[in-house]
Amino acid sequence: MEPFKTLDAIAAPIDTPNVDTDQIVPARFLWRKRGDGWSGQLFHDLRFDDNETPRPDFVLNRPAYEGARILVAGRNFGCGSSREHAVWCLLDSGIRVVIASSFGDIFHNNSYQNGLLPVTLSEDDVQALIARLVARPGAHLAADLEHQTVTAADGEVYEFAIEPFRKECLLAGADDIGYTLRLDKDIDSFERNYAARTPWY
Amino acid sequence: MTAPLTLFDKIWAAHAIKVRADGATLLHIDRHLIHDGSSNAFRDLAERKLTVRRPDRTFATPDHYVSTNGHSLSAINAPHRRAMVEDLDRHTRAAGIQQFGLGDKRQGIVHVVGPEQGISQPGMVIVCGDSHTSTHGALGALAFGIGASQVSHALATQTLWQTKSKNMRITVDGVLPEGVFAKDLALAIIAATGAGGGTGHVVEYAGSTFRSLSIEGRLTVCNMSIELGARAGLVAPDETTFAYMKGRPYAPKDEAWEMAIAYWKTLPSVPGAVFDKEITLDASRIEPMVTWGTSPENAGGITSSVPDPASIPDAGAREAMLHALDYMGLQPGTPLSAIAIDRVFIGSCTNSRIEDLRAAAAIAKGRKTCVSAMVVPGSGLVKVAAEAEGLDKIFRDAGFEWREAGCSMCVGMNGDLVEAGERCASTSNRNFVGRQGKGARTHLVSPAMAAAAAVTGHLTDVRTLKGA
Repeated sequence: MEPFKTLDAIAAPIDTPNVDTDQIVPARFLWRKRGDGWSGQLFHDLRFDDNETPRPDFVLNRPAYEGARILVAGRNFGCGSSREHAVWCLLDSGIRVVIASSFGDIFHNNSYQNGLLPVTLSEDDVQALIARLVARPGAHLAADLEHQTVTAADGEVYEFAIEPFRKECLLAGADDIGYTLRLDKDIDSFERNYAARTPWY
Repeated sequence: MTAPLTLFDKIWAAHAIKVRADGATLLHIDRHLIHDGSSNAFRDLAERKLTVRRPDRTFATPDHYVSTNGHSLSAINAPHRRAMVEDLDRHTRAAGIQQFGLGDKRQGIVHVVGPEQGISQPGMVIVCGDSHTSTHGALGALAFGIGASQVSHALATQTLWQTKSKNMRITVDGVLPEGVFAKDLALAIIAATGAGGGTGHVVEYAGSTFRSLSIEGRLTVCNMSIELGARAGLVAPDETTFAYMKGRPYAPKDEAWEMAIAYWKTLPSVPGAVFDKEITLDASRIEPMVTWGTSPENAGGITSSVPDPASIPDAGAREAMLHALDYMGLQPGTPLSAIAIDRVFIGSCTNSRIEDLRAAAAIAKGRKTCVSAMVVPGSGLVKVAAEAEGLDKIFRDAGFEWREAGCSMCVGMNGDLVEAGERCASTSNRNFVGRQGKGARTHLVSPAMAAAAAVTGHLTDVRTLKGA
């Protein structure tokens, strides 16, 4: 997984609450393999009409947001299904940061597993960022994971919190499995004690 | 003196293998349930040259891609869907994982099969690559959905890294009125909390209403915990839980049963335990519920009307409601009971168990459907039980299709789809845009309400129909 340190890029606003993972990637695509590439499926039914023609009014289809690598979204972004394909679609489309006031819990976890940075800010701050992006389409935001900040084009700085473990993994580009496998002895010893305590499980 | 612990606190502590200074905790997993959407995780495992650490704690059944027209691989007519079911079969055989496959009566929706087989038990940590894993919390387990990467992690290590969620308690007291079911309770809770009301929390459902609710009813409510944003939902185990567990194929027996019961009795939250967030509801005030929008929080009583976006002060929320009503093709002020429907789906991990089918059959009995309607039992064993009671005959005589077990039209991945523009009264869990098919319009209801809609052709207050 690609490490995440800083990113200065065009940010696109999606000012809708409860954008669920069915909207991010419809279920009919989920049989596809990870390696098949997922950029064409991102927001598929919002981005394309029934003839697969891009809908000009959808935010990511507007020329000003071409090359956007940051999304600023309404509350509860990524709610619903556990499909990690939602994160793959964003990543394969170049998006590395999503900013919202809250996230679907499983989407949030899946993001870290793939090097996508979910940034939680207050709803007021998110709305302030969205207002800027709407006023100046194509404006940049700069995310800095080490310093835990998002900086708007006008210099306004927003600080965000992140769990140290998640931050460490993102900065290193490391996923959990390698780390956990090194704790094999701890797992073995836990399993032995646990089996003695609760043999029926 | 340590603070009194909640049920969630106790299960968490019993499974913590290692706690880092920053709070990240490596949790032991008791049961890992897998289904036919696991191909990417198994591929990832193979690429890393890893094997399944505990096949004995991993159980599989195909559900998302299976046909409901026939209980065999050949009944799946699309090659890409068949490949998903074949993948699961191959991977579970290679790893030595117990699979309840096609042709086995124990096959079904993973969240129906786990409790039914006694695989899911009180006090466990249960994970599955499906968001509705919260269902299993009904037995007093900590159960939550995970993505493909975490499925790989759980297969390889039988553990997961987690940061502890906060404690939330939803207390409901009183008796649910006639014609009001667990599904209505779940929708009333989500309407009260909002779709993000449980974010960052594990919810314990408490109060006299839950104490008197059957396990089937508790499974329905816990199933929808994810729809209020909670990581998990659970109900403290009690005599109802123990009676449900006893004698199930994978439940402990004899001496082990006695040990298990003794432990399970220590699990409920200690009086005085502190919850970070509390919500209370009065069961007697809950009506049969219906959703009118594109989020489960868009729910109201059947005697209410489609709300008016003009009455919403917040601009963002108003805009979202306008979009939802536009997608749903609904006008503000329309009585919910006046909404005509095109189709009815009774099934899904929310509402496909025997009690659900009984409640629907009680309404369908002696009546005729006037729209396309189907019943999809949650497992082969639910189907057998329903047929033994003659429920299949009631449904067929009324004009319902009687299908084989699977996720079916809840998510449409097997091809059971609602057409664009069609309006479906559905016992499933999500009314998202495009969830049941591109352009499909979903109204979430209880099984009895779904049957009522099927026989009248419009959303109907089930309390007005005899048999309720």
